Amino acid sequence: MSARKRKTRHDDGETGYNFAYLDEQTKRMIRRCILKAVAVPGYQVPFGSREMPLPYGWGTGGIQVTASIIGRNDMLKVIDQGSDDTTNAVSIRAFFAKTADVATTEETSKASVIQTRHRIPERKLRADQILVYQVPIPEPLRFLEPRETECRKVHAYSEYGVMQVKLYEDIARYGRITTAYAYPVRVDDRYIMDPSPIPKFDNPKMDNSPALQLFGAGREKRIYAIPPYTTVHSLDFEDHPFDVETWDEPCGLCGATDSFLDEIILDDQGGRMFACSDSNFCTARRADGHTGQFAEDPIEESRKGEPAHV
Amino acid sequence: MSDDDVLLQVDGVCKNFGEIRACDNVSFELWPGEVLGIVGESGSGKTTLLNCLAGRTEPDSGLISYTNRRGEASDIFAMFEPERRMLARTDWGFVHQNPRDGLRLDITAGGNIGERLMMVGARHYGNIRGEAETWMNRVELELGRIDSLPRTFSGGMQQRLQIARNLVSGPRLIFMDEPTGGLDVSVQARLLDLLRELVRELNVAVVIVTHDLAVARLLSDRLMVMRHGAVVESGLTDQVLDDPQHAYSQLLVSSILQV
Repeated sequence: MSARKRKTRHDDGETGYNFAYLDEQTKRMIRRCILKAVAVPGYQVPFGSREMPLPYGWGTGGIQVTASIIGRNDMLKVIDQGSDDTTNAVSIRAFFAKTADVATTEETSKASVIQTRHRIPERKLRADQILVYQVPIPEPLRFLEPRETECRKVHAYSEYGVMQVKLYEDIARYGRITTAYAYPVRVDDRYIMDPSPIPKFDNPKMDNSPALQLFGAGREKRIYAIPPYTTVHSLDFEDHPFDVETWDEPCGLCGATDSFLDEIILDDQGGRMFACSDSNFCTARRADGHTGQFAEDPIEESRKGEPAHV
Repeated sequence: MSDDDVLLQVDGVCKNFGEIRACDNVSFELWPGEVLGIVGESGSGKTTLLNCLAGRTEPDSGLISYTNRRGEASDIFAMFEPERRMLARTDWGFVHQNPRDGLRLDITAGGNIGERLMMVGARHYGNIRGEAETWMNRVELELGRIDSLPRTFSGGMQQRLQIARNLVSGPRLIFMDEPTGGLDVSVQARLLDLLRELVRELNVAVVIVTHDLAVARLLSDRLMVMRHGAVVESGLTDQVLDDPQHAYSQLLVSSILQV
């Protein structure tokens, strides 16, 4: 990366920023919280969240966690909804390229730290990788129990029946569990955790993952973690077991049938296509020669197949 | 445990709110399957006493001891909080005067009934649903309303739903705080009838707080009359109501409107 060769600006104090923006004391505080979070899987550790140069909800929690763990030799990847090239991902990647001068990549396999919003990469993660999630609302009980004091007791005493009530409601009203994202999980048979708004499609990837998974919620000032090789169980009923989303069509660009697909509207004639939400995964597959129905030109292709869509 | 064991032993319970003495040295025993009525005017400390008994308010002094299913008696405020909370959602029930305090309003009737089952580990939707249907029937709620939200129910229906939600775990002791409070007379009568039937059938002990002597007469075996936080008279319901000894009990009985 060209950014690496450039003289680092924080070294000569030109900008007045410390390495990776946060001051060292703050990073130490956050690291202590991360250690505690790793020691008690799924437990929400309060931390002194700092003001960041971007609004709450844009990933302040994830950025603070990343800033505390990133080193000069790390390779950073940032994704938003699975994609490397959305506003949020581009901005955060640029932020760390500037303040920490670290190398960045879009390739999942090359990254050592991956900050994510809404997705887990399709490619299996390794033990030498860390996945950092941006979390808007860390408390899984928030919409069932408004009192914070009561929530803490429920966690402390493992009184998690009320979480099941939410799933019961889904089945009673819609005939199946309709919770599709932020699907509650039980970590290491103890704490119930909100896995941030990832689709439930990604829930099985958290189970026994070799990579360390860290969750940061900036506004709510909480950090929690899933250590490597930890059991993560998605809540369900015996007669309504947990399952993930499926699609009737393969990815229109790379033909993948095993990845999470986004629906993309192509025109105002009802034309639409499905494509992998993990842009890096899709690009790599196409480079390997896999092609989907819309691989050439999505809009043209949709016109050819007109009758099916109108 | 046998029926010879006292279910709830209350000894010298006092609770002050600043200068106000809400409970003044209250002692009594409650036996399995017994219905105890607590009557008295507003502000006489009935509800405070009930909250103490149910482990919701800690008394300043005195002992409240509960005998569990294994026959072990223990001070409910000396036990660990999770243990007490476990008792509160399995062995005990609490029926609030205002059903909105005791129900989850954004959860359907079935979910409300099923909550206690899920709390103790039920994880089979079909079974939970079946149990909820059984209880809808038993409290005379239409089965078709099982997926309706409680806020679409009338006051009487909400109260019956709250009772079902409490009874589903097979409790041994139910605390009721003016269960017929906000209901009109005909609905009251029907609810009382239902309560009396269920209580007898399930052999559950009840502590019922009310200012309505008619409710006390209909439901309770034994009656305690409270005034200014203290128990001024207690005895069998018929005895207290037919032959009140204490001046205040006499006043209370003589104040019943004759229609």
